Amino acid sequence: MQSHNEQRLKEVFSRVFSVPVETINDDVKYRETKNFTWDSIMHMSLIAEIENEFGIMLETDDVIDMSSFLKAKEIVAKYVND
Amino acid sequence: MSMIKLDFSEQVIWITGASRGIGRAAALLFAQANANLVLCSRSIESLTQLREEVLAISGLEPLCLAYDVADLKAVKSTGQQILAKFKRLDVLVNNAGILQDALLGMISEPQLFQTLNVNLAAVIEHMQIASRLMQRHKKGSIINVSSIIGRVGNVGQVVYGASKAGVIGATLSAAKELAPSNIRVNAIAPGFIDTEMARSISPEKFQERLNSIKMGRIGDPQEVAGVVLFLASSLSSYVTGQVIGVDGGMLI
Repeated sequence: MQSHNEQRLKEVFSRVFSVPVETINDDVKYRETKNFTWDSIMHMSLIAEIENEFGIMLETDDVIDMSSFLKAKEIVAKYVND
Repeated sequence: MSMIKLDFSEQVIWITGASRGIGRAAALLFAQANANLVLCSRSIESLTQLREEVLAISGLEPLCLAYDVADLKAVKSTGQQILAKFKRLDVLVNNAGILQDALLGMISEPQLFQTLNVNLAAVIEHMQIASRLMQRHKKGSIINVSSIIGRVGNVGQVVYGASKAGVIGATLSAAKELAPSNIRVNAIAPGFIDTEMARSISPEKFQERLNSIKMGRIGDPQEVAGVVLFLASSLSSYVTGQVIGVDGGMLI
């Protein structure tokens, strides 16, 4: 079952990339997206939005490691409890 | 004639090297413009007096933090503390710096890396953390304090000059990178300014420096702080990627 935080994270991705929330899944990967652009510039906007949503500040290593939606879920889970 | 009044109320300004010289002058000027201040220095004691002066001017309690700017972990945790207290960051003044003269052949390894770490690596890390905070509301201004030496060089200042030239390179690249996020990045290049750093040289050298300045006098830290405030304010809202000399027409 999808966790509450996963849903919030999907909504963040959806907002940042201006795509329907249904299009966000574990296969969404950095620089490999089809209908929208997840490049290095968008990446920093995504990070800012994730940090705002969850009230956290990510480690630089985690910013670098966040290469997919799947990875983003794992990283956010380190900072916030479901 | 109307007077322009700078107003930084509701804005948060992060200043490194705030206890003395240019950083201190900038802090006091920002306080007059009602800014919320984050004052950083190596020791908390050195900020005690400034804190009281700021309180007396603006009535706003500054966040005073003691850390070594070259300690990258401390920079991150400072960013978190700013977020916790103010929820935002509008301006970063990367001012902390050190000056240790040495001729080629006599530059020690610790001196080399200490100068590069404090004057350059720390500036980059502060920009990295600050720009992430600024990204959240897509607005910000970063002011990096370089030096005239970083532009034209000087005898005995290979390391210092390299670190300050590095600040200019970092400024120009960051300006390009952050412009789409409405974050401006500029550098100032002070000449001979009346700070403890300038007073640390010999009387002969001091006179020699004065003779190299077309305006014939040493600069006041306040005169540099004025340019910092200009770059922090909306008066410069279309200015990014610039290096502004504040040197009274100095020729080295």
